[in-house]
Amino acid sequence: MVKKGTWVSIRKTLLEAAERTGRLPEETKKVPLVMWNKGYLAADAEIGDTVTVTTRTGRTQEGILEEAEPHWELGYGNFVPELLRIGDDARKMLFGGDDK
Amino acid sequence: MSRDMSYDAVMSRKTEIVKASAGIDFDQFESGSVAFDYERMLKSTGYDFDSVKRIQREVGVGNTPMLELRNLTALARKIAGPGKGARIFVKDEACNPSGSFKDRRAAMAAYHAKKAGYPGVLAATSGNFGAAVASQAAMRGLKCIIVQETYDSRKVGQPEIIEKARKCEAYGAEVVQTTVGPELFYQSLSLLESTGYFSASLYSPFGIIGVETLGTEVSEQIMALTGKQPDAVVITNAGGGNVTGTARGLRRAGCKAAVIGASVNLKGLHMASDTAFNKKSFTTGHTGFGIPFVTNPDRSDVPRSAARPLRYLDRYVTVNQGEVFYMTELLATLEGMERGPAGNTSLAAAFAIAQEMNEDQILVVQETEYTGAGKHVQPQLSFARDNGIDIHFGNPADEVPGESIILPESPASMRVDELNLDHMRKSFIKGAIDGHDKLTDEDIEYLAAETGSTVEFVKQNI
Repeated sequence: MVKKGTWVSIRKTLLEAAERTGRLPEETKKVPLVMWNKGYLAADAEIGDTVTVTTRTGRTQEGILEEAEPHWELGYGNFVPELLRIGDDARKMLFGGDDK
Repeated sequence: MSRDMSYDAVMSRKTEIVKASAGIDFDQFESGSVAFDYERMLKSTGYDFDSVKRIQREVGVGNTPMLELRNLTALARKIAGPGKGARIFVKDEACNPSGSFKDRRAAMAAYHAKKAGYPGVLAATSGNFGAAVASQAAMRGLKCIIVQETYDSRKVGQPEIIEKARKCEAYGAEVVQTTVGPELFYQSLSLLESTGYFSASLYSPFGIIGVETLGTEVSEQIMALTGKQPDAVVITNAGGGNVTGTARGLRRAGCKAAVIGASVNLKGLHMASDTAFNKKSFTTGHTGFGIPFVTNPDRSDVPRSAARPLRYLDRYVTVNQGEVFYMTELLATLEGMERGPAGNTSLAAAFAIAQEMNEDQILVVQETEYTGAGKHVQPQLSFARDNGIDIHFGNPADEVPGESIILPESPASMRVDELNLDHMRKSFIKGAIDGHDKLTDEDIEYLAAETGSTVEFVKQNI
């Protein structure tokens, strides 16, 4: 159970696929327009419940409880070997060393 | 209160919501025919140039360093013919409080929102502008909501966009994230209506007048460093505000430098496609915005956009994604400046353009942007590879957006593709006069100004 007052993320479908506007590519028309938001949980709830939160600006927003204490998973990705070559080539070309 | 918040109901109230949230009544600038009074619209904010400078200074925006890129210039000269290779300078806009030139635009919106008594500001953007508005709102003690197109239907998002959401939250903003689709506009209108916030539009006059200081600073700094005016300035073009504001500032300073727009080539990728969304590695500064906004700037979120790049562009070029990533890496390894990829679009173009110019000429790249986890060459290329994009060295001209990212085989493989501005001017005129049977003399002169052409050119093309 997620306790009242916990910082959570919620999901809400704004427009079902059938409600979407006309000028969209087919692949976009097939899927709903979904929104995510975060806020303090108004009452104890389980993941997947429809809940109400108070957002950072103090608004009340309803949605489906998705995650408690959501965190960022940003990083620098996997090793990209090409990047080493770019720098090495240019430095050789500019500052010498090899015939490259 | 039980207002109907359905899609159709909200969209039917669009005009009144925009009017209340933009702080400007756009009707007053219309002539009733094709023409509208652009200059009067820009003056309507009530802030003259000195006020803009003062307001930006208050919040530490602007006066960013101008750096000469000596090693990149030397590299360009090694490739260029004898006597060729202009000196390349870059304006380090990453030094603004939130890390990009967008602070100049946000500073004016936030200042005005506070002064006019709005409780908060809202911006719909997945770009650096969101961070800029959030940062300026923090400084002015305003609430802030950023609406961001973030994910595809699998809830997979570009690391660059997610980093910007994180940054907005760091400044205390509420971030509303959506899946792909232009209906994001509906969500923004709903929020503007229910909160009574000021709309920090990139396209309103507030979003443009703040960029003029960038142009005047370029002129003044190059004069101080070299004793001359720059010969050309390369400006990344998306919605047109960067080009418009910078060019106006250059003119204000009496600088006649050629104004060159540059966008990342994303030909063939639909901007509202759920499946193409994560196949591109650039979320702004690309042709998907650049070209449509040049030919019809009024497709924006205000009735008349203050960003009108065709008025100012002398030349418009594209570069490929692989070239921008390549140049971002060169900026780090040759110049010791680690900056965000998207902000280096104009630098990638400049490296090729400098080689056409003479050694005694000066070419300015007028921005950089911050970098960090997610918003960096490595995670962006790693993400592209995970999404099935073929990344390899080769001829950048062979790159197919959405399928491949081709890193230049060597610095000598860097080049720009020209876009035909006359073609865009004709397209602009055609769109502007559509539905108008009779054009007045004022209309003809307006169209000449709008397209950066002449009355003769307009007459030949109506």
